[in-house]
Amino acid sequence: MNNHPMMNNTAMNRRTLLGRSAQGLGAVALASLLDPQVSDAAGTPGVLTSLPLPQKAKRVIWLTMAGGPSQLETFDPKPKLAEMNGQPMPESFTKGQQLAQLQGRPLTCFGPQHSFEKYGESQIEICSLFPHLGSVIDDVCLIRSMTTEAINHDPAHMFMNTGSQIAGRPSMGAWVTYGLGNEAENLPGFVVLTSLGRGGQNQPIAARQWSSGFLPSRFQGVQLRSKGDPVLYLGTPAGISRDQQGLDVDAIGQLNRMQEGLTHDPEIATRIAQYEMAFQMQASIPELMDIQGESAETLELYGCQPGDGSFAANCLLARRLAERGVRFMQLYHKDWDHHGGVKEGVALKAQEIDRACMALITDLKQRGMLDDTLVVWAGEFGRTPMSQGSGRDHHNKAMSVWLAGGGVRGGMVYGASDELGYAAVEDVCTVHDLHATMLHQLGIQHEAFSIKFQGLDAKLTGVEGASVLSKILM
Amino acid sequence: MTMRRLFLVVLGCAAASVSAAEPIAEKTIDFNRDVQPILSNNCFFCHGPDANHREADLRLDVRDEAVGGEAIVPGKPEVSHLVNRIMSTDPDEQMPPPESNKHLTDREKQILKQWIAEGAEYQEHWSYVAPVKAEIPAGQNGVDVLIQQRHKSLGLEFSPQADRRVLIRRLYSDLLGLPPTPEEVQAFVDDQSPDAYAKLVERLLASPHYGERMAIGWLDVVRYADTIGYHSDTPRNVWPYRDWVIRSFNENKPFDRFTLEQIAGDLLPDADQETKVGSAFNRLLLSTEEGGAQAKDYESRMLTDRVRAIGTVWLGQTTGCAQCHDHKFDPISTRDFYALGAFFADIQEPILGRREDGMLVTTPEEQAKLAALDATLAETRGKFNAILPQLQAAQNQWEEDVVRAGTAIFEELAEGSQASAGDKKTAEQIFALVKKADKDRNSRERDQIQSYFRSKVCSQHKEEQAALAKAEQERKAYYDTLAKCLVSISSSNPRTVRILPRGNWMDESGEVMQPALPHYLPQPETDGRKLTRLDLAQWLVSRENPLTARTVMNRLWKQFFGIGLSKVLDDLGAQGEPPVNGPLLDWLACEFMDSGWDFKHMVRTIVMSQAYQQSSIASAELLAADPQNRECARQSAFRVDAELVRDNALAVSGLLVNRIGGPSVKPYQPEGYWENLNFPVRTYVADSGENQYRRGLYTWWQRSFLHPSMLAFDAPSREECAAERNRSNIPQQALVLLNDPTYVESARALATRILNEGPAATPERIQWVWNQVLQRNARPEEVQIVEQLLTQHAKTYQQAPESAAALLGVGGAPVDEQLDKAELATWTHVARVLLNLHETVTRS
Repeated sequence: MNNHPMMNNTAMNRRTLLGRSAQGLGAVALASLLDPQVSDAAGTPGVLTSLPLPQKAKRVIWLTMAGGPSQLETFDPKPKLAEMNGQPMPESFTKGQQLAQLQGRPLTCFGPQHSFEKYGESQIEICSLFPHLGSVIDDVCLIRSMTTEAINHDPAHMFMNTGSQIAGRPSMGAWVTYGLGNEAENLPGFVVLTSLGRGGQNQPIAARQWSSGFLPSRFQGVQLRSKGDPVLYLGTPAGISRDQQGLDVDAIGQLNRMQEGLTHDPEIATRIAQYEMAFQMQASIPELMDIQGESAETLELYGCQPGDGSFAANCLLARRLAERGVRFMQLYHKDWDHHGGVKEGVALKAQEIDRACMALITDLKQRGMLDDTLVVWAGEFGRTPMSQGSGRDHHNKAMSVWLAGGGVRGGMVYGASDELGYAAVEDVCTVHDLHATMLHQLGIQHEAFSIKFQGLDAKLTGVEGASVLSKILM
Repeated sequence: MTMRRLFLVVLGCAAASVSAAEPIAEKTIDFNRDVQPILSNNCFFCHGPDANHREADLRLDVRDEAVGGEAIVPGKPEVSHLVNRIMSTDPDEQMPPPESNKHLTDREKQILKQWIAEGAEYQEHWSYVAPVKAEIPAGQNGVDVLIQQRHKSLGLEFSPQADRRVLIRRLYSDLLGLPPTPEEVQAFVDDQSPDAYAKLVERLLASPHYGERMAIGWLDVVRYADTIGYHSDTPRNVWPYRDWVIRSFNENKPFDRFTLEQIAGDLLPDADQETKVGSAFNRLLLSTEEGGAQAKDYESRMLTDRVRAIGTVWLGQTTGCAQCHDHKFDPISTRDFYALGAFFADIQEPILGRREDGMLVTTPEEQAKLAALDATLAETRGKFNAILPQLQAAQNQWEEDVVRAGTAIFEELAEGSQASAGDKKTAEQIFALVKKADKDRNSRERDQIQSYFRSKVCSQHKEEQAALAKAEQERKAYYDTLAKCLVSISSSNPRTVRILPRGNWMDESGEVMQPALPHYLPQPETDGRKLTRLDLAQWLVSRENPLTARTVMNRLWKQFFGIGLSKVLDDLGAQGEPPVNGPLLDWLACEFMDSGWDFKHMVRTIVMSQAYQQSSIASAELLAADPQNRECARQSAFRVDAELVRDNALAVSGLLVNRIGGPSVKPYQPEGYWENLNFPVRTYVADSGENQYRRGLYTWWQRSFLHPSMLAFDAPSREECAAERNRSNIPQQALVLLNDPTYVESARALATRILNEGPAATPERIQWVWNQVLQRNARPEEVQIVEQLLTQHAKTYQQAPESAAALLGVGGAPVDEQLDKAELATWTHVARVLLNLHETVTRS
């Protein structure tokens, strides 16, 4: 490093980082902008100046299994379905129901393709492909009665992320960061990481999945990439050293400050702070991404190599982000769309994620961070108990998701699907309920967390109402 | 009114999230301005237009009902249930109930009490009443008169006029989206004639770049993009529509005609290629190619997408809620929603899967050339057809021979044949097919046999066959180069539109809907005939429609003042904001219609006003009192739109290719940015040559992954209609301007200009480049900073020439080899600093 004045300037004016004025935001937002106490807190504050509920979780790590994992080869054992393998699916289950590619085709029961085993003191039965997860199952709350509204990938992701199937709504990471702010120094509050599966069913994911929607752009998810610049345009151009970059940023700041003196435009102070932030990010993000310094034990725990771009490496990065105060980390792991070859497909996915999920929970726990970090594992929908060749079709009436940490009870199963795994029948819950529960653990009352948009008090939990899943909470 | 009082009022309003900066204490209550927003926001959810969710059978949006139940007793707040309930502290009594998370402020309670005490008069919602045009004294600008009227009551006055440099920069930015050259600025500053400003305005209105600038906002609101949006987000052909928009603004097409062509360009009596391209508007929605998507699902998505678009683009109404239930705040019913959707049921389109190529969009020359190729093709085909019977006879004979002689007849299968394994396999397949009876073959199999026979077996008529193949190929090759555009084509067999109960597309029990206009707005005479899209379009721009002109003028106002007169641009309904200056919005709307929907006239009227020409520098007092500049006692400074950030850098560096129109282009983009696209996997290939240096609005608009430079500066993805852009100030913008190759290359090109076109001495060079970018001289302190910067970088590059070469290598534009590399690299930093300044990206 050098002796350039900017380099030592880590104390930034947080107030200016608040960015653009409250235009378009509700009264709450404005209140926080006008309240100097709020603005002087560490990190970048959110609009919720006081939380109505105790904050059990301070941050969220959301593991999105993109493509729609089969609950029947992961977390929902169905011996009855195995018995009925090859027989016609009883019409009483399926009549008049919305299916995707199986619509109008003959429907045949397709037994689970892998065995299930009981794990842990809680003796929860999950697929034997996930022994590592089984080893920490007593920290996991498994929900077998989740449902969703959408049945195609793109709208279903939108629904899972924003609570609406219509584009233009903020993603949950944006909502949470907007509400609670960001405790991280020089890192975005909402970070997205993606990894590819090796099975070749990598469904596309649109950037709208981490959009800030109608919230200000600074709440949008920032993608951290494993190849190229970890953040777009992070790298200094060829032929320019970091010192030289610092000189230019400094000159820009000085010239902007002169202009501020002449025009008194408050946007200029924000602009200056954002250049400082950008310059800091150019150092802090490569430091974050560099996992070489992690101990051999840790690398072994996750089973990843530095820079391999794997889901495991992303889990390790999520822990590093969590340590630095980032509010919301969303990890996409793709390739769960098993219309065919669900047996081999899920086995391959299990190889890719099982150990990493265990490692993330274990690592957070040993660092004392699991208590206030909520980990969520969920796809965008489940899959049919009926066959589609050697695979299963999209399905929205039953899916399995799990949570860990953040004040959620471990070693429990919540809800159940029917004997064939077609529809959730016990403690049926919705995506909105899941969002409400997450917000609740973060200290936010979901009904009161709204912004006026297109005439409505828009909420993450939608207009139809949602319930906090209180039975799963400690 | 003193500034201090205005300050308090504004703050009070902000906290209560009420808009109008209007003192209430000394005035009687105005229902639309003061009361309706409180009732709508706090009460209508349960006591409003939606009958299915009405509580206690009480509605407060209709006076008779509210008075009938004694919720409101006019003149007697003390016995009005409404007042008792809102003042109550008992959670069981209190309204709004605690679980609604709605809270009335003391001020709001006071307003409701005062309103009831004064007689509880209702007014029809302001935007559903026809606008009234204020009398403006002859020779005066309505904009100024009506702003000053408000200023008088608020104790405000206009700020001084901005200086000429600021004025010309502002006009160039607002009307062209490009910076003026230093020479143009100087000429304007020196022009002493009284109409210097007016002449400048006219010159800019006549510029072909005016249409490009005006198109940006329109393309946002109609959600124009190059890709389909959902899932695979694959390309579709619509760019001729973008050029149509540019052309329409340049030709100053009357806005009513502009509307008709977009919604019903195919149904107009004088429909032609141009109007049909306009009708691409109906095709701009999102579509999917996802396997497993259900047609009924997407039919419903497309219908609702279109209704939302009409609501946002023309009506300023949020219709989306009515997809599932009657609107809770506005009178839009579910029937209205689906009846509006039924207007579009005639549009021919695949509901799922790939879009068609679309209509050919050709110049007369292209049409002539295509016709010539078609004629050649017809002639060659004629000749070929003449020999076809002989060819067929020969094939029949050969087939008989094959059946008789077996595989021996195939050279590939003869003993000792040198044919490749692939050729042998083909021959075997053909043999198997020929053995099949003709009636058992499908058409593909017949084609396979025919093609094999003609290419491999038959030695006759090669010339005719080759001529036909060549003519077909030439025709296709030329056709592929021609522009195509998705357009509206009306089907005589429209889709059936039903009300979908609670928006559920699987429920087919709902009533079948015919096209009809929203019941709560003035209706045209239709004699009961079935309405078409043309009727809808005509109704939108009819004099009786109270919404369209207001909606469009409100958006236009934002372009010139940074914020709408009614702040919520896509909602002029109950949950929006009553305009801060209602008479002004009404006057603009009336003037717009009276002028024959003359867009340039309205732009001229606004930019010629004194209000527009004010300085944007605010005193601390004014800034505190009116932070968002709702009252126009000054101009506003704001960061320019994403496209213009790019245009400005390219323009001042001399790289800009300012050709208008054509297929979308691909600027540099970080590698791997499209890695999450699939079906198919795509690799982004940046354009080289001229197309790399086109204006921002021509950027390839990939909805699911919009170009990251654009995204950083708040360009919308255009997945939904966007009446308004965010205007954020985030670190990603700094990263783009510092590190995106576009800006590094621009800096190098600008530095090249400094060394080649500027003066020789360093201080003069600094002045020269300051004038190129900011059109002003550098101040002494600025010169000092730059000189210091030059010294530091020069030292580095003299010691490390390879670094200089690396920096100059960024971007595809050729490097001027005559220049000293270290010097050019050093000045590149100065140019870079300039391109990054807040002032550079700000319109003041």
